[in-house]
This record gives sequence, structure tokens and C-alpha cells, in this order.
Amino acid sequence: MKKLLLIVLLLAIYRAAYVLLPFQHFLPSLFQLFATLLQLLAGTEIYLNIAASLLRILIGFILASVLGITLGLLLAYYRGLTDLKFYIELLRPIPPIAWIPVAIMLFGLGNVSASFIVFLGAFFPIFTNTYFGAISIPIIFRNVSSSFEVGAMRYFSKILFFHTLPYIFAGLKIGIGTAWMSVIAAELIAAQSGLGYFIQLNRLLLRTDKVILGMMLIGIIGYFLQKIVEYLETKLIVWR
Amino acid sequence: MVDVQHISYAYTKKAASRSNLVLSNITFHIQAGEFVSILGHSGCGKTTLVNILAGYLSAGAGTILINNKKIRAPGRDRIVVNQENDVFPWMTVWDNMRLVNANKETIHTCAKLVGLSDVLNYYPNSLSGGMKKRLSLARALVVNPDFLILDEPFASLDYMMRDELHGELDLLFSVTQKTTLLVTHDINEAIYLSDRIIILGGQPTSILAQLHINFSHPRSKMIENSKRFSQYRKRIKESYFMSRFPKMLKKEKKMLSFL
Repeated sequence: MKKLLLIVLLLAIYRAAYVLLPFQHFLPSLFQLFATLLQLLAGTEIYLNIAASLLRILIGFILASVLGITLGLLLAYYRGLTDLKFYIELLRPIPPIAWIPVAIMLFGLGNVSASFIVFLGAFFPIFTNTYFGAISIPIIFRNVSSSFEVGAMRYFSKILFFHTLPYIFAGLKIGIGTAWMSVIAAELIAAQSGLGYFIQLNRLLLRTDKVILGMMLIGIIGYFLQKIVEYLETKLIVWR
Repeated sequence: MVDVQHISYAYTKKAASRSNLVLSNITFHIQAGEFVSILGHSGCGKTTLVNILAGYLSAGAGTILINNKKIRAPGRDRIVVNQENDVFPWMTVWDNMRLVNANKETIHTCAKLVGLSDVLNYYPNSLSGGMKKRLSLARALVVNPDFLILDEPFASLDYMMRDELHGELDLLFSVTQKTTLLVTHDINEAIYLSDRIIILGGQPTSILAQLHINFSHPRSKMIENSKRFSQYRKRIKESYFMSRFPKMLKKEKKMLSFL
């Protein structure tokens, strides 16, 4: 109910801006947006573009999660590998968008490039949270494990992993957001399908209504992706 | 059973001069089936001694033998029940115990012994502080260690809960006759539970005195009101105050006689 009221408020603000500000010549009205939305929902174009973006985010995000979590845990567990963190820290400040020219050179325009950008967007927050979560394991848990002679594999899978799980989810929640932002940014330049491409194409065609609807869809889908990760978190971290 | 021989420890890596020593020449013996308490004020190095006994720290000097075997690393022959909460919050009561011993029958027996049978599927976060301590104790008993080390296990609990757990621990000790070392700063707790008390103090910390407690197990809480209990308490306080204030005048010593 509260959320519904917030949506109504948002639409009211849009309507007020439309009426009060002198943007009517390029800003579509709410009614126009609604009509275009119905038109889009009746066709296949928007679904194909959403599917293309989701596929890229799925590939890039899953790869980033697997690699980020594994590397984060390994680097925290084997202190001998800690020096490798230097390379990661060196690459981390480079924004995913800055990789787009490199991605196009390496993989050309299309799915692989966009998935690569998604991977870069998601990997660093997932890795960083996992690593710092894992090294924060209380010394008492390490002492208890050594007293009970818990083997390395069981320590890794039953103690270190579960201690780090809340931190991993913090990373995944940040990662899914940056991944979604990255896929849209990549599609604006390095793809010929997807919601980013849809916005870019309609910008060139001066279809502001479709541009704004595309942006709204990005926001809505991003919101639901975040909710999926939060749902998984509540299902997996049951002990809190 | 447990032989602690000339243990010294310094936190700084400089040559262990008397000024940076935490523990100095600690030597004692614990017989099999004996309940011994180490009593000392906060910060005197009790937990450091526990860490050395457990194998988490290596002593700067001296040796520790358990069943005539020199200890070099942590092991299942001696388990510590810690002052801090040391149970894994992501595992149920059952899983915490199963992690260290897969024998279901042993788990059930130990859970019953400490009164956890009804909460085996609970996560530690839904247990009280006292129940968490019981779990920590049960998990230690599940591996049947030769030597049990209790590092101020009741320090974070309220008076009533502590009192309740004292009784349960005493009963448990009477049943299992497990060789136990309790580290505490609580004089009453030490007298109530122990067969012998080792008093630590001084700078650097060394053994000030040892006191045998002649009450048979299991013990009633009523012994705390007995004259003998008061005498033990007085002797411990005297040893402690004499070490803290060695230059105390005779007159002041007399003033302390009411203790």
C-alpha cells in the first residue's frame, strides 16, 4: 500500500513537472507514455531487448559471483596468496565503462563484450566484500577449529564460508546493482540489442516516450533483481 | 596427568627480562580426575596461560606435558570452553556438536548431560547466554578430551545463571571425573568448584600460593555459608592482598583480618 502511494506520488511529480516546466515540446505526457507502453507490451521488441539484457547480466553476474567468492575466500585463507590482491586493487578503481573500448577490441560488438563489462562491474564488490568478510573471522573460531582438529576442507566449507556468507551477500547486493548499470552502459555502445541499445536507438529516432519508458523499465527490473538477491539471502542465512 | 613446568611468557620479542614478562616460572601439576582452579585478577595473564595450555601460543620458556607427551599444537586431548561465545552461530545445536564428532549416540548423551536435548534443532542465537555455555561445554565433552580447560566461562552471565551453572558443572564433574582446569577471578566460584586453587599474582605473574579445598563432590550451595568456606576465602584474600601491597604495615594487615 505504502509503495503504491509512493508510485502515485512519483507519477504526480512527473505530471506536475510536465505541466509547470516548459518541456512539453519533447517530454511525453503520462497519457502518451501509457499509450506507448501498451503498444510496446503488445509487440515483441521490448521483450527481446529485456531478454537480451537479462541474458548478459546472468552470464556476467554468475561468472563474477563464482570467481569473486572463490578468489576472496582463497586469498583470505592462504595468506601466501595475499600478494595477488595487489593486482585486484590496481584494477578495481577502473570503472567498467572504461573497459568498453578494450572489450570491443577483444570480443567485438555483442553478447560477449556486454557480459564482460557486467562481469567487471560485479566482480570487484563481490570479491572485496568476500575477502574482507573472510579475514574478519574471529580468532576464537580459528582457535576452536584447531582445537577440534577440523580439517582444512571442512574449515573452508563449514566455517569460513558460512562466517563469510553475510558479507558475500552484501557484495552480491552491491554487485547486482553495478552489474545492471554496467550492462545498460555497455549496450549503449557495444551491443545491437538490449535495453541500453533500445534507449540509444530511440534517442536517435527522437522517440522520447520510448527512451523514458526504457529508463523506467531499467529501474523496475533493477529493483526486482535486487529483491531476488535479498530473497536468496533470507533463504540461505537462516540463523540470524 | 598435566605437568606445567617453568612456563614463562613475554609479549614483546625482546630478550625476556623481568620487566616485559607476563608469566614467570609457572609450575604446577594436575592429577587425573582433579578439578583445579587458577585464580587471579583481570589482566594478570590467566588467558595467556590458557592459550599456552591449549597450544594457541608457544611459551617463551618451559614445557607442558599431558600424559607425559609434550604439547606442541592445539589438539582434541585438551579442549577450551572460552569466556567469549565460541559456538558457531550458523550451525544448530546438533550441528555444532556433529562437526566435531559424528557419533549420534555420543551427541545425544552429552546433550542430555547438559540439558540441551530439547533444543537440538535450535540455532545459538535463539538460546540464552547460559544455554550457549552449556552447548560449548557439551561440544567439548563430545570429543571426550583428557583435559578440560574452562576460561572464565561464566564471566558474562548474571548471578542467578552463574549460580545455576556452578551446580550443574559440579554435578557434571562428579559424574565424569574429567580432569578440569577452571580459570577465574571469582573467589567463591573457585572455592565452590575446585579441589585445589592456584593463586596467581605479582609482577610478573607467578604462583603466589596453592590451597586444597576439602569438600567432597557433588557439593551443595549451602557450603558457601559454612565457616570453612569463609576461612578459605580469607586465606585467598590474604595471599592476594599481600602480593599486591607487600609493604603493608602490620596495623593495616590487622585491619584486613575481618576479611
